[in-house]
Amino acid sequence: MAQIELKDVGLSYFTLKQETEALRDINLSIGQGEFISIVGPSGCGKSTLLSLISGMLKPTQGKILIDGHEVSGVSPKVGYMLQHDHLFEWRDVLSNLLVGAEIRKMDRGKAKRKAMDLLERYGLGDFAYHGPSQLSGGMRQRVALIRTLVAEPDILLLDEPFSALDYQTRLTLSEEVFQIMKDQGKTAVLVTHDLSEAISMADRVMVMSQRPSTISSVYDIRFDEGDDLSPWKKREAGRYKIYFNAIWKELEEHVVPSV
Amino acid sequence: MSSPLYDNYLKVQRRRLRLIALSRISLLVLFLMLWELAAKWKWIDSMLTSKPSLLLSSFRELAFEGSLLRHTWISGLETLVGIVISMLLGTAIAVLFWWSTFASNVLEPYIVVLNALPKVALGPIFYIWLGDRYSIYGMAVAISIIVTIIMVESGFREISRTKLKLMESFGATRFQMLRMVLLPASVPHFIATLKVNVGLTLVGVVMGEFLSSKAGLGYLIIYGGQVFQMNLVMVSIMMLALLSVILYGFVNVLERFARKKYNYEA
Ligand SMILES: Nc1ncnc2c1ncn2[C@@H]1O[C@H](COP(=O)(O)OP(=O)(O)OP(=O)(O)O)[C@@H](O)[C@H]1O
Ligand SMILES: [Mg+2]
Repeated sequence: MAQIELKDVGLSYFTLKQETEALRDINLSIGQGEFISIVGPSGCGKSTLLSLISGMLKPTQGKILIDGHEVSGVSPKVGYMLQHDHLFEWRDVLSNLLVGAEIRKMDRGKAKRKAMDLLERYGLGDFAYHGPSQLSGGMRQRVALIRTLVAEPDILLLDEPFSALDYQTRLTLSEEVFQIMKDQGKTAVLVTHDLSEAISMADRVMVMSQRPSTISSVYDIRFDEGDDLSPWKKREAGRYKIYFNAIWKELEEHVVPSV
Repeated sequence: MSSPLYDNYLKVQRRRLRLIALSRISLLVLFLMLWELAAKWKWIDSMLTSKPSLLLSSFRELAFEGSLLRHTWISGLETLVGIVISMLLGTAIAVLFWWSTFASNVLEPYIVVLNALPKVALGPIFYIWLGDRYSIYGMAVAISIIVTIIMVESGFREISRTKLKLMESFGATRFQMLRMVLLPASVPHFIATLKVNVGLTLVGVVMGEFLSSKAGLGYLIIYGGQVFQMNLVMVSIMMLALLSVILYGFVNVLERFARKKYNYEA
């Protein structure tokens, strides 16, 4: 059974001025441990889709199931890493990491040990008691990721998590995130504008059309070189270029009409 | 460790700061001297303007007798209590407004009108309702609470826009949002509000004392005016100035402490 299931999901935003239909007829199922990337033109509703899966938004049509249960409200199974790091400057790094655990009333001692452990593992061990303002952009993103992991989600939603970073940090961090996901066997949904990131990290790449958007196609990413290539290796694998060009071309078709 | 260029920079900066401090003091001394001499040479009538030496002697007299310090203490205490009440009550009301958008929308025009209303006009009402002692608190709180509500609430609104998304993504309750984000993130707004409130509450207290009281610096000023004792009026005004300096000092200490604890930039 799929872990995440969207059935005929549609979402419209209502404001006093107008109605905006963001998503229409989305059908999707994601298995346990799968890594999905979502790409699509700007404003097509990618963030909206993540908010729906997280339970922060309710669909106006259709339903969303996680492990067979209909989503109502934010589920502790889901960790949502927002585009902005949202670190609280009045808390040091360690207590920022505990925010999720605190909200969900998890065992504080255990969460703390886990946070320290992850900090250590990702090279931030010395920064536990520093303020967020003393961290670089890449470090902040890493802290935001650890904060999501400390809450022990089964499913990770990542909304352009690396967009604020320089290219080099971005490559390293995406490599790390990929390893973390695979190590822990978590399900992940990644929204990104970066095609090479989307292809090199995911098992499947979903392309969305212009608003009101649907899933216009899904690419299964398979390489002849083997199944457990790191993102780095995938970028050099033979079929990478083919996927890249195909998706690029499709995105271009979606973007052009509006220009 | 530091380069000679940097040392030089520091030296120049320090000299600048010293010059500013020195100029401030000289300005005060110069003003007092001019005042004294003008009175001495009869450029001005010291019956109307008093003069520093006279002020000093009447200060000594009044302070010795004990009543001046007592009046200052009373006004100071009233101000402090007024500030605490309007900060607590104002914050509570701002929280209510944040909690219920409906209540906030309904009450918004009333707040605007209350803010524009000259609070002195309420003096007689407070006097009749609260009596001569408590009407002073009424006036002090009336003058500062509306501003407190408006400032704290606008802080809340700004924070809600930018800092609550994360809390939502973890499924936080409204109470958790309040406790974990809104209140700690509002500390800079609280301090800013406190700074405004020191001035406003002091105005309220003096105004209240003008209207009704039997004690406090406001009472002394009115009394001094009625018996044509400029010395008394002037000394009281100086004590008021001193009082506001002390209260601002308090707030500054609090601010430094808060900035360290909550790790924010001014
Ligand atoms: N709270 C809201 N109220 C009204 N309309 C909204 C709201 N949030 C988003 N929209 C609209 O819904 C559409 C999809 O927005 P969304 O943020 O999901 O796009 P996106 O694909 O994440 O875009 P981007 O790639 O630029 O981040 C947009 O047209 C946007 O204008
Ligand atoms: Mg988005």
